[in-house]
Amino acid sequence: MTTLSSTASSLAEATSSDSALRRFLHGLPGVDQVGAEQRVATLGTRSIKTTAKQQAIDLAIRMVDLTTLEGNDTPGKVRTLAAKAQRPDPTDPTCPATAAVCVYPDMVGIAKQALGSSGVKVAAVATAFPSGRAAMDVKLADTRDAVEAGADEIDMVIDRGAFLSGRYLEVFEEIVAVREACGSAHLKVIFETGELQTYDNVRRASWLAMLAGAHFIKTSTGKVQPAATLPVTLVMLEAVRDFREATGQMIGVKPAGGIRTSKDAIKYLVMVNEVAGEDWLDPDWFRFGASTLLNDLLMQRNKMKTGHYWGPDYVTLD
Amino acid sequence: MKFEYAPAPESRAIVDIKPSYGLFVNGEFVDGHGKSFKTISPSTEEVLAEIAEADEADVDAAVKAARRAYARVWSKMSGAERGKYLFRIARIIQERSREFAVLESIDNGKPIKESRDVDVPLVAAHFFYYAGWADKLSYAGLGSDPQPLGVAGQVIPWNFPLLMLAWKIAPALACGNTVVLKPAETTPLTALLFAEVCQQADLPPGVVNIVTGAGETGRALVSHPDVDKVAFTGSTEVGRAIAKAVAGTEKKVTLELGGKAANIVFDDAPVDQAVEGIVNGIFFNQGHVCCAGSRLLVQESVAEEVLDRLKRRMKTLRVGDPLDKNTDIGAINSGEQLAKIRALSEIAESEGAERWSPPCELPSNGFWFAPTIFTGVSQAHRIAREEVFGPVLSVLTFRTPKEAVEKANNTPFGLSAGVWTDKGSRILWMASQLRAGVVWSNTFNRFDPASPFGGYKESGYGREGGRHGLEGYVR
Repeated sequence: MTTLSSTASSLAEATSSDSALRRFLHGLPGVDQVGAEQRVATLGTRSIKTTAKQQAIDLAIRMVDLTTLEGNDTPGKVRTLAAKAQRPDPTDPTCPATAAVCVYPDMVGIAKQALGSSGVKVAAVATAFPSGRAAMDVKLADTRDAVEAGADEIDMVIDRGAFLSGRYLEVFEEIVAVREACGSAHLKVIFETGELQTYDNVRRASWLAMLAGAHFIKTSTGKVQPAATLPVTLVMLEAVRDFREATGQMIGVKPAGGIRTSKDAIKYLVMVNEVAGEDWLDPDWFRFGASTLLNDLLMQRNKMKTGHYWGPDYVTLD
Repeated sequence: MKFEYAPAPESRAIVDIKPSYGLFVNGEFVDGHGKSFKTISPSTEEVLAEIAEADEADVDAAVKAARRAYARVWSKMSGAERGKYLFRIARIIQERSREFAVLESIDNGKPIKESRDVDVPLVAAHFFYYAGWADKLSYAGLGSDPQPLGVAGQVIPWNFPLLMLAWKIAPALACGNTVVLKPAETTPLTALLFAEVCQQADLPPGVVNIVTGAGETGRALVSHPDVDKVAFTGSTEVGRAIAKAVAGTEKKVTLELGGKAANIVFDDAPVDQAVEGIVNGIFFNQGHVCCAGSRLLVQESVAEEVLDRLKRRMKTLRVGDPLDKNTDIGAINSGEQLAKIRALSEIAESEGAERWSPPCELPSNGFWFAPTIFTGVSQAHRIAREEVFGPVLSVLTFRTPKEAVEKANNTPFGLSAGVWTDKGSRILWMASQLRAGVVWSNTFNRFDPASPFGGYKESGYGREGGRHGLEGYVR
């Protein structure tokens, strides 16, 4: 339990060898599962109403990485999504745009073209998403492809096999290499927490990725159940909070997969607010990886505005 | 971005507070003969209702009613039948849970999220639990045919008004006793609403009697010659007086008194959860908890880090309107209690302890005290020895497990303790060394009707809850 007092130089030392890195990661304070889940349950009872709810819904819309990651994605589908990202509610110009559109690397060019100078970013999953089971040079080529096609953000997956077998330095070096391949694009590191399973692993993976230079840490690919959960995100928020305390550097957090309702999204925002702090309440530092969430946010937004619910035919299915 | 939570007040419309309340004797509300008194909302100082005071004659009438009900009905009824009444009461409490929660928060000052999510669910759980025992007493390890004691005189405190009522009434009734209960003078309303529940459940008249009043009423009740059992929860000072008053009589007594619990954090503790546990240990219910973790014992090597995290966490505590669903810390129960907390805090400062509270705006009306920690505290400071019964934490350090045990046990109290470490063997070792009725590990202030609760030393004697809780009500 000595991480907070660590200085930046001793953090650099932590990554000098496999054994040093292991010592550091296993020296992080443990996470008590019961306690962490209890904290999440308590935060979940916060009652966010009226003006606070309006504020939260608009913020959540601005934090959405509107995602399509299917084998049957087509240019047409990506263009539809890009249109939706820029004007989620075409009937209301005050409705904010989402943060980004998230696609496979081969769709980056299409998305980029469709989004133009709208300010909505293009995120691409890379490094043999979602399993990450490919040779290193393939993963790097995958990353470079996406960056060259114009991706603003790269969502990479870590090698969970290496992590679970304790080859931490290998995972670390992979993240460093991908970060380099990203050039000026931002790097989000996906842990696939559904495969890491324990909260202790999530905390270790978070520190590992932050030490390796991740801009964002992300829970899941959306292809493995469970995807994002509140307790996992709690542990990651604690990690970025502690990392800033130790280094002064801010890292973003992105829960992805399984967040479908406004109510869920608001629970996440309450947790960000009370655990990491209000600095993270910004699309630059917190994102939702989601596809169906946006429509529920729009329906709730309209309900707040007009007092009645839209039928499902009033929001677009993309 | 600043995220301001809009006010989210729970509606008061569900409760119907009458302008005045009588005593509940023999199944009916009757006038008291003492001087009536007012109960106020501690968060606003608004007068809620006029409450009858029971004098000696009223207490006598209540005890007579309880004796009659005991002799004629309740002691003759089969356990299975008694259980049915208790199940019925438990279900009605669940059905009316919102009403109870709102009323409790208004009269006591505790946040609605606690009365709604902790107090009232536990109350129902206690009645369900002891309802289940009513027809199984022969299997409780208390002899082949345990018999009730008779009439129980019960006096309860203001910190968990309805929950303490449940802890007292449920086991007493399950075992076949009848009761006369006196709620605290600052929080009588939920007990009087419970009286309505007894009527609604068709409980035979006289099985539960509720007499309101202050110290004099309590004295009359515990010293009444026809009371067979005295059960008290409250201060050690009053507990001592009760023990003296009943000494040499046939009365059986259980006392659940004060505490000064150590919450012990080792260097390998899951630190974020430990911080939550510290907060929950001392700021839950404004620290008006006899088992509150009011002494933080933290290993010296991590003391600074734990304190930094604790302070950061305390800045997110929301103090204010008890009925707002987002309130974490409500009002101090009375002006008198507030004065006590203030006095002990001032003594701590004058003895050289360093005081810290997060910036927090307190309402102008009502009784309020910001969550407070004192650092630089030693075992010799009064703030580390005396029960504050408020949101005030003393922080002490230790170097070795042995020292932690010595310091934790170095108190006249012994109600509860907390141990935070990732090491299972150390938890077990600590639990066997600590002289405390409850030892929580990697959690704090968790209650369950199946788990016995009670103290060592000046924290009292007898156990409430669980199978052990039956012992105090049978012979």
